[in-house]
Amino acid sequence: MDTNTNFTLAIEDLTVSFDGFKAVDALNFYLDKNELHVVIGPNGAGKTTVLDLICGKTKSTEGSIKFLNKELTKMAEHEIVRAGVGRKFQTPSIYENLSVLENLEISYPYGRGVYGSLTFKRNKTVLDKIHEIAKQIMLDDALDTEAGLLSHGQKQWLEIGMLLIQDPQLLMLDEPVAGMSVKEREQTAELLNKISEGRSVLVIEHDMEFVERIADKVTVLHQGKILATGDMETVQNDPKVIEVYLGH
Amino acid sequence: MNFVYEKLMGGKQGLLGFVLLAALILVIMPMFFDIFRLNLIGKYLTYAFAAVSLVLLWGYGGILSLGQGVFFGLGGYGMAMFLKLEASSPENTKIQSTPGIPDFMDWNQITELPWFWVPFESFTLTIIAILTLPALFAYIIGKAMFTRRVGGVYFAIITQVIAVILTILIVGQQGFTGGINGITDLRTLNGWDITSDSAKYFFYFLNAGLLLTVIVISRFILTSKFGSLLLAMRDKEDRVRFSGYDVAHFKIFIFSFAAMISAIGGAMFTLQVGFMSPSFVGIVPSIEMVIFAAVGGRISLIGAVYGTLMINAGKTAFSESFPELWLFLMGGLFISVVMFFPNGLAGLWNDYAPRVFPFLKEKAKTKDVPPVVTDETGKGTV
Ligand SMILES: Nc1ncnc2c1ncn2[C@@H]1O[C@H](COP(=O)(O)OP(=O)(O)OP(=O)(O)O)[C@@H](O)[C@H]1O
Ligand SMILES: [Mg+2]
Repeated sequence: MDTNTNFTLAIEDLTVSFDGFKAVDALNFYLDKNELHVVIGPNGAGKTTVLDLICGKTKSTEGSIKFLNKELTKMAEHEIVRAGVGRKFQTPSIYENLSVLENLEISYPYGRGVYGSLTFKRNKTVLDKIHEIAKQIMLDDALDTEAGLLSHGQKQWLEIGMLLIQDPQLLMLDEPVAGMSVKEREQTAELLNKISEGRSVLVIEHDMEFVERIADKVTVLHQGKILATGDMETVQNDPKVIEVYLGH
Repeated sequence: MNFVYEKLMGGKQGLLGFVLLAALILVIMPMFFDIFRLNLIGKYLTYAFAAVSLVLLWGYGGILSLGQGVFFGLGGYGMAMFLKLEASSPENTKIQSTPGIPDFMDWNQITELPWFWVPFESFTLTIIAILTLPALFAYIIGKAMFTRRVGGVYFAIITQVIAVILTILIVGQQGFTGGINGITDLRTLNGWDITSDSAKYFFYFLNAGLLLTVIVISRFILTSKFGSLLLAMRDKEDRVRFSGYDVAHFKIFIFSFAAMISAIGGAMFTLQVGFMSPSFVGIVPSIEMVIFAAVGGRISLIGAVYGTLMINAGKTAFSESFPELWLFLMGGLFISVVMFFPNGLAGLWNDYAPRVFPFLKEKAKTKDVPPVVTDETGKGTV
């Protein structure tokens, strides 16, 4: 049977249960090429868990995840990354003791083996790429700063930059504007709109205003299941969604 | 030139530290100490190999091995087996019931050299064995542990258990290993009396030279991207994994490399001290090696050497007069270093060297690595 699709990401019947509790329950989800899709939902809805499943951090109990027609559920984390999936964590996950430049350098997708990392050279190609990315994430003045000293918002950007430098086909961002100032949120929205060109982006976010600014499509997740999916307006007017958000 | 300066020496402060250490062990100590003392220092410096290996493994990689004595011991036993066979020539052992085999085998009614002893008749094979077998053993352990993501305390305990098992094995298999007494009565290396002063001088300088070489190679590793990755894995293992690296490969490599370094130290120990026994394999020596590294500053290769020298000098001085007190003293020292000077002697050097040597100041870009934080931040991020 030919199950190949044109989707960047095709999730079918995905279930994971933690000691009987189904954090993600028979989920079907599709992501088009070049689509920027936002997943919203109340706390504990299973949003982060979905990303964990895609990037291999958590193993699924059942179901399939196909990325560009490649089955991810059997692959190791680093293989999934190398296939072109990048993931930002909910709390910024950067190397606090290293400089911004070194953070980006480690993320540069060459010299990933033992031998390669021993002989890796910081040459012009590498530096040019680092500068290009640093500019995009508005940290080109902070290359020598120790990452731990950045503001919370800048840390979020740095982590996004660390993904961008790998040029992933699918970018997954877990609450990228959490803890950001209004201005930083605006800048991030702009950044997302820019970097979503030529790749698919999956964003988890609570901030509705922000979602409205960036989303092509919105999916509401509730108790591990999809409640509604569509453009922002449709979703916002969906009675089930209104109930979940206002009902408690 | 720049490569040598930055990559192998670690910039100005690193170079100064290296030159001072080299001067101390290659010039000053041989000038001021007689051969008896120098030989003793040579013995300490063999432990420094293990301490340096722990800087790579533990200080940078965050992988605490409480079993470096295993690899030190394997290297030491490899060399001891060769020397023992040379000392057990048929003429030397003609009073035995089976001449030509080591005396302890004869005492244990063994009548033929066991197969795994045979390669150690050749010096070349012995050297190859010392450089490869402990590393191979570490590779196998590492592969089994790190691909299953065994780490932290569990890994430390497992290495400790391996140290215990190996000790029991050596003690129990007297006929093959010399048992609790170890392999003693070693005399010559390719006909050269290893107890002669000239041999002792030679081994001291060979040992010091090898140690400095190991430090330079380790520096190269640490200043490469591999070194940054080690630190990154120590602090945020998940992020490294999700940047596309197969974390286990890196851990296996550094664990094997650390084993190889420790084994070289062990082999040099046998050459200088003239015997090898299970008391250098087990838990106590393994933990002592960790203390050497911790006192030196677990992220400093050179600090590890000073830490080793200092603790061992203290041990020799103290345990002559108060043998029981020494263990408590060392334990106390370890705890206070970890609590109050997490960067050990190297931390003091980094703080004070630029003040004492003003020319270091302009570019005092010491890579300040904060102490290991034992929580696994990477894990709780999602
Ligand atoms: N490894 C795990 N073991 C057990 N339960 C888990 C595990 N991971 C997640 N859960 C549970 O699954 C549910 C979904 O969690 P998840 O983190 O995906 O929620 P979320 O939608 O991201 O919420 P938030 O908006 O608070 O980030 C929660 O009830 C959580 O406690
Ligand atoms: Mg979440």
